[in-house]
Amino acid sequence: MANALDPHAAIVVQASAATPAPLTTADGQPLTRALARSQRVARRRAFMLVLPLLAFILVTFALPIGQMLGRSVHNDGYSANMSRMAAWFAANPPGTEREEAAFEALARDISDAAAARTIGIVGTRINYDVPGTRSLFTSSGRQLRELPDPPFRKAMVEINPQWDNDRLWVAMRSASTAVTGNFYLAAVDRTRNEDGAVMRVAENQRVYLMLFWRTFMLSLLITGLTFVLGFPIAHLLATLPTRRSNLLMILVLLPFWTSLLVRTTAWIVLLQQQGVVNDILVWLGVIGNGQRLQMIYNQTGTIVAMTHILLPFMVLPLYSVMRTINPSYVRAARSLGATSWTAFRRVYFPQTLPGFGAGALLVFILAVGYYITPALVGGSSGQLISNMIAVHMTDTLNWSLAAALAALLLAGVLALYWIYDRLVGIDNLKLG
Amino acid sequence: MNFKTSLLSGLALAAATGGAALAQGKTLNVLDWGGAYGQSHATAYNAPFTQETGINIVVTDADNPAVPIKAQVEAGNVTADVASVEYADAVRLCDEGALEMIDPAILAPAADGTPAVEDFLEGGVTECFVGTDVWSMVMAYDDSKFPDAKPASPADFFNVADFPGKRTMRKGAKFNLEFALMGDGVPPGEVYDVLSTPEGVDRAFAKLDEIKDNVVWWEAGAQAPQLLADGEATIAYAFNGRIFNAAIGEGKPFNIVWDGQVYEMEGWVVPKGAPNLQNAMDYIAFSTTPERQARAAELISYGPLRASSSALVGNVEGKDIAMGPHLPTAPENLALGIGSDAEFWVDRDAELTERFNAWLAN
Repeated sequence: MANALDPHAAIVVQASAATPAPLTTADGQPLTRALARSQRVARRRAFMLVLPLLAFILVTFALPIGQMLGRSVHNDGYSANMSRMAAWFAANPPGTEREEAAFEALARDISDAAAARTIGIVGTRINYDVPGTRSLFTSSGRQLRELPDPPFRKAMVEINPQWDNDRLWVAMRSASTAVTGNFYLAAVDRTRNEDGAVMRVAENQRVYLMLFWRTFMLSLLITGLTFVLGFPIAHLLATLPTRRSNLLMILVLLPFWTSLLVRTTAWIVLLQQQGVVNDILVWLGVIGNGQRLQMIYNQTGTIVAMTHILLPFMVLPLYSVMRTINPSYVRAARSLGATSWTAFRRVYFPQTLPGFGAGALLVFILAVGYYITPALVGGSSGQLISNMIAVHMTDTLNWSLAAALAALLLAGVLALYWIYDRLVGIDNLKLG
Repeated sequence: MNFKTSLLSGLALAAATGGAALAQGKTLNVLDWGGAYGQSHATAYNAPFTQETGINIVVTDADNPAVPIKAQVEAGNVTADVASVEYADAVRLCDEGALEMIDPAILAPAADGTPAVEDFLEGGVTECFVGTDVWSMVMAYDDSKFPDAKPASPADFFNVADFPGKRTMRKGAKFNLEFALMGDGVPPGEVYDVLSTPEGVDRAFAKLDEIKDNVVWWEAGAQAPQLLADGEATIAYAFNGRIFNAAIGEGKPFNIVWDGQVYEMEGWVVPKGAPNLQNAMDYIAFSTTPERQARAAELISYGPLRASSSALVGNVEGKDIAMGPHLPTAPENLALGIGSDAEFWVDRDAELTERFNAWLAN
């Protein structure tokens, strides 16, 4: 037995207690390491295969959306071009009396911005918060190409008395940092008053919350309608012999393959006051010529056209799930004494739920973002929030507000998706 | 961020232009509106320009060319050399430093030697904008629906009792508020003075209230003549070019009432950092000569901006009808309307759009 006090002996003991030599490959490498390496190579090769798709999604989807969302909280139109003002606001807490130094910073910044031709960007940024002030900046910029004599406060007020306006200064303070929540405030019909407190905008300006609400309610209604209309069709398709169901399937798919615009304008032709449906009703004598029904250019038009256009997205998932339902379950239920209604309700219908879940989610999410159809047939009462996003993208060029509206819409959809996952479980989603 | 954006827009634009812009020097990239308007540019400007200079023109169409300009300049990757934009957008982009300056000295003088700047309609040449044409929003009615008295003024548009039938107007605040005030008896010259006050805005909305239940709102330009043709509406407030095409081109019984027209200029701008700057300037000088302007006006009923062009405008392309009286810039028409105030709308667009949409929805 080795002497415990002998250091050499200790080493010997340890060596002999070690596990048997690790398994090695033919060339002497440990097997675990060789295995890890070969797996790594395989993984890398697999990754290389999906790399094009990953890059594609990153470049065409994730990046633009991320960038767009970034715009909703980040707008440096003011802070980047009015550095002295940004510094003054940073040095002086809210509530500080705006003294001569502040107006000097203002005059010099505007003068520089006018020379650098960035004054329009500055004015545009403030105009988002205080409408009507863009021209205040651009016209003052033209006059301030040469700096006025001090005192600057008097000089600025002489150029335009608006320069001493509290609300303007609140807006300038909040714009003096690039990161702002004001676009989200605007997107929920809120603004800041003279003291910087959040308040609702004037009654005749409130539009976004109402449009969000309308968008979600109409989308729910349209989802419900597509289900009510689509369920019997899907059932028929799933239970008919294949040859006949294929024929019927064409009828579902043909509109699906037709251009969205064509389908929308077809509804205009059908539903307008001088249109086919009204003509037939008048010819049949159901209504008089003077009482033609207004079925389009309003909410009704939006609902009808969108329900029709989105119907295939409900029918197809329902159909594919119904095809897999074994008819013997219902037969078994019937043979055990269930009425046809009970058998449908307790045996057949629950099995179609995964298809309903997929269809409802598809239809609802598509409906929430619908744009062309409500724009063409929605009239005044059938507008959705996406139409306002489009206005801010292409007409007013207020991309930050458009991004904030879009982000709220996205958040709403994700919240509903989460609720769906908690209630039904996303595993139960079946597309086919 | 900057690298990412430029990478991104670079990729997107390379795909959009198909790499055609690669041959530098002998190319010019034009951002245009497409449709009949883009076609008039192609025939009146682009083809003769290429023939004369050998510079190849690559046209990209956009719904509103101001939007891609903003995106390109912000991303620091400018591929367009010249773009056709509306006046209000030109003002906006110019103030934001997104456009190159254009030296008015490059523009050709009129035949009698009048300098270009004086030959153009007022405001037609600014430091970064050279106007090409004027279009307008006009009142037009279906003649067959009014066998007796014909609507003749903005007031008649708002008078549903004497001139029955639905109206159709563009879904938006711009143009309609001005038109409503004119319909309420405000003289054209005072419209923007009134509209600049809160009471004036209320007055315009109150006037629109009177016919709110009788309006079918159009969104795409082609909808207005279609609504008239279908009998859905009897009087429209719509783009003059669309009405003209339906009336002269397709023989529909539509009459234009120039009283109450609100006209707007559009023209060329050069995005900041345009790759072929010199070609762009040459193209602008070439396309804004009185002769080229008159030629374009024969192809589409948008009026030339140069006084000396009006006399040169001949017949409607392929027809035996003089184009002159159908243009918004014909002196007798011009006197009946107002020019859209770009400064006003750049300031108040967002606010009034929101109010309009709130009004529409309630």
